[in-house]
Formats: sequence, C-alpha cells, structure tokens
Amino acid sequence: MNATWLEGLSPRHMIFLGVVLAALLIAPWLVNDYLLTVLIVILYFAYTGQAWNIMMGFAGQLSLGHAIYAGLGGYVAAVLFTRYGVGPWLGFLVAMPVCAACGAVIGFLAFRFGVSGVYFAILTIAFAEFARIGFDHLDFVNASAGLFLPVKQYAYNDLWRLRGSPRMFYYVILAATVFALILSRLLLRSRIGYFWLAIREDEPAARAAGIDTFRYKMYAVMISAAVTSFAGVFYAFFYNNLFPEQVFSISRSIEMILGPVIGGVGTLFGPIVGAFVLTGLAESVTSAMSAFGFDLPGAKQIFYGICLLLVVVALPEGIWPWLARRLGLGERGQ
Amino acid sequence: MSALLSLTRVSKRFRGLVAVDAVSFDVPEGVIFAVIGPNGAGKTTLFNMIAGAMAPDDGAIAFAGERISGLTSDAVCRRGVARTFQLVRPFPALSVEDNVIVGALLHHRDVGAARERALAVLRRLELFDKRNQIASTLTLPDRKRLEVARALATKPKLLLLDEVMAGLRPTETDRMVATLREINRDSGLTILLIEHVMRAVMALAARVLVLDHGVAIAAGTPEDVVRDPAVVRSYLGAEAL
Repeated sequence: MNATWLEGLSPRHMIFLGVVLAALLIAPWLVNDYLLTVLIVILYFAYTGQAWNIMMGFAGQLSLGHAIYAGLGGYVAAVLFTRYGVGPWLGFLVAMPVCAACGAVIGFLAFRFGVSGVYFAILTIAFAEFARIGFDHLDFVNASAGLFLPVKQYAYNDLWRLRGSPRMFYYVILAATVFALILSRLLLRSRIGYFWLAIREDEPAARAAGIDTFRYKMYAVMISAAVTSFAGVFYAFFYNNLFPEQVFSISRSIEMILGPVIGGVGTLFGPIVGAFVLTGLAESVTSAMSAFGFDLPGAKQIFYGICLLLVVVALPEGIWPWLARRLGLGERGQ
Repeated sequence: MSALLSLTRVSKRFRGLVAVDAVSFDVPEGVIFAVIGPNGAGKTTLFNMIAGAMAPDDGAIAFAGERISGLTSDAVCRRGVARTFQLVRPFPALSVEDNVIVGALLHHRDVGAARERALAVLRRLELFDKRNQIASTLTLPDRKRLEVARALATKPKLLLLDEVMAGLRPTETDRMVATLREINRDSGLTILLIEHVMRAVMALAARVLVLDHGVAIAAGTPEDVVRDPAVVRSYLGAEAL
C-alpha cells in the first residue's frame, strides 16, 4: 500500500509534504484557542473541497449543491446519536451509504436523461433546496427549530463519542484531510481516475474509447457524496447544532467549492491550499481592519471579494499549479 | 475471407432528407476498405452509425456475426470497433501518454500494463518522443496520429478512420499511409476509412465504396472505381479521366 500511494513522488515532494504535515501536527500546541478554531475551519474546508474536487475536478461534473451531502450526513449521525445513542463513527457508517444513495439518485436522474453542464449544476442546487425546505418542515428532526446535541464539560477526550476539546477535533479533521488527499491520489492514478479525466476532457471521445460514461459518472457522484458525508458528521459533533437553513443553504455549497476553485480545480493539493488562502485571507482582513479601527459595515466583504477577484484574474488555473512550479513540485499530469 | 463488418440496407433520414439510403456492403477481415464520395454524400453519417454515435432508421449492421446497430458508442468500442474523429478530439489537458493510456485501459485493468501497451502504440505512431507533451499543444498532424494511437490502444478488430488525412500536407499524408499500411500488414487489422484524399485512397485501399447523395453508386478495387463513369461524373470530375 505504502508503495502505491507514495509512488511517483520525488524526494522534493516528500520533503514538502513532510514539512507541511509536521507543521500541522504541532500547530495546536503553539496557537491560541481562537487560531485553533480557525485552523479547524480551514481543514474542514480543505476536506470538503477535496470531496467536491473528486466530482468536478476529476470527473468534470459541476455540483453546486454539495451542502446536501454534508447536511444529510450531519443529520443522520446527529439523529442516531440523540435519539438512539448511536456513536458518531457508527453513525458515519450509516450516513455514508445514505449520502452515496442520495448522490446516486441525483446522478441517475441527470445522467440517465442526458442532463449535463450547467443544467446538471442547477439540478444539484434544486436537490439541496429540496433538502433545506424538507428538513425545515420535518418534525422528526425538530424542523426549523434545529437539532441540538447535548453539550457538557468533558474531563477527558472521548474520541469514540467525539466529545472533547477543540484539540481533539483538530486532529480528527486533520486525519480526515490527509485521508482524503491519499484517497484522491489513489483514485486519480487508477483506472477509474483516467476514465474520469477522459470524461471531464471530452465525453463523446471518452465513449468512443469504450468508456461507459454513465457508470463512471455515477461512481464519481457517489464517492464524492460518501466522502462529503463525514464532513457533516464532524460538523454536527463539533458545533453541536444543526439548522436546515444553515447546513443546506446554497452559500454553504458555494463556500465548499471556493477553496478548490481558488486553489486549482482538478489538482490534488489545490483544495487544501485554497482553504488556507481563503480562510486565512478572511481572518487577516478582519484583524487588519480592527487593528486600523476601520469599521464600515460590508467593507470586509468587499475587500475579501476584491482579493478573490485578483487571485482569479492573476492565476486562472488556481494558486497551486503556480505555487507548485515555484517550489519545483510540478507533478506530471497535474 | 469472411465479412468482419456487414451492412444490410442501412438507411438514415434527417427529417425529409435521406442521408444514407439502403446502403449494403461487406468489409472482409484484414483488408483496408475506403468509403469515398463528394461532400454531403452521407459518409460521416454512415460512419457514425457504424460507430454507434447514431442508430440507423432501417437496416442492420453486423460486426463479427453480431448485430451492433442500435448499440451505444462505448458498447460498440468494447466489441472491437475503434474510431477517430474527423475534427480531432484528443483529451486536451492530458499528456499524449495519458491520452493513449485511457484507450489501453479498456482491456487492461492495471494502469502499469496499460502504460506499457500505450508506449508500444506511441512508438508505432512515432509519438514516443512527444509522450510527455500536453495534447492541446500538438500540431494538427500529431493530433491526428494521437487519435489513431488512442483508438489502436483499445485493441480493436476494426479501425474506423474519419478523414484522417484531411488537412495534412502530402509528405504527412505519405507518412500516415505508410504507418497504416504497416499496421494492417503486421497485425492484420481491418481498417475502414472515409477519405477525400484520393492519393491516400489509391495507395491504401483494397476495396472502395463510392457514395453519392446517400446511395452507393459503385464498389470495387480503386482502379475499377476511378474508371467508373458514374463516379467520374458525380465525384472525380471529367478532368480525372
């Protein structure tokens, strides 16, 4: 296994990955509580960005409603925990197939009936909106009043029940992010990954090369949905509350895709870099503005928007391809 | 010589227009077979029906004794019919090697084995030195060769070439003719080509079918066909005599 997921990496890559990983491992012991929370948010978006990237970056299927899988995953695990006392990891084992099945339904409707491109993206938004409105009226999950997980002070970290300090949550989401990176790399270098790239590049040509594009697009949606479901479970247990208006909202879906878009769609490291740049930028704008005593409502959002615009105009391929060249880390086919 | 590909009264209509009208022909195994005809004769429609890109309205297409008309293009390819596109469509952002690996993965589950197959095909098409280039940066002749490479990598029994010589200079045409001839000679691969470049057709094809307004007006060896008065009138022009 070792040989497979590290195969093809130069010593330079290894050193880069080692340094980044080491820095992330010691980070929670060096930063204050506020920065630790920021890091957790960054890794959360690095994780969801990678999950979304499997579907769009690899297979070329644009989902603008990815919040549905995180929301559904969170609700499944939270309901199982609050009503039946089922722990989050077992809850995840239920949430994962539920989300994959949800992805399969959306994918089947779209791909079976030839819905593609922007129309497919609209379909994904529609399903996320169905979920938002549906859960808002579903008394079983407390409808719009929201679902709350019991919060109390814990003397120790209970990893099995995901109850504990932010530091524990940090390591959980870090492990998930590393797992998603390894999974993405393995997928991209396998038969399925080549077929996805072919579909992304030119679907009729992919079919002419014998690829059952319906099947491989279904795999992409289902795997992406299953990976995203864990982010929902994590979210539910970290924030201890779920509101349909929040977890299924379209802005949540957009937040998920900003990271990979800024970092580099289709690249392995882009979603991670993008999450750091975006959240880092937002936080620095906030602190810079308060440091200068500059407090106009909306000014932060405008400044943030301008920064994003500049990145997109200057680096249309995303930050990572450019950064990788600078660091001498260009990986072939990336 | 048994027929590898057999068309029986195949027709295709677009609203009122009959693009292909009850065309029947057999492609024997191991030969290079050319379909020629003026623009709008129905060549590409015929080709798309064989490749599964569209279904015929009437008639039947059989490949290796099995009916393939009505199958999707990926299913047709899995049965051993690989095609190129008239307007080339390699996977633009992928390297030359990865383009061909995609084709080779059809019959190899393992990426390593597919890569070996791809490299062998790239050598044959003289693209080996350009294997790390991104496909969109290739020149037109190289992109055409890449299309042939990707199709060959799927290990077809029948290779369909849609105007693979169009837009090539005469020297490049000769190079492509030599490559295709070599492949046909060495592996016995059956090739069906649609072609405008008569120089290539005369040099390559053992059998020629001439289409005009969707109707097969002549069939035979290239030498017979170019002397056929109907062909001369509709396609080649009087000066060719």
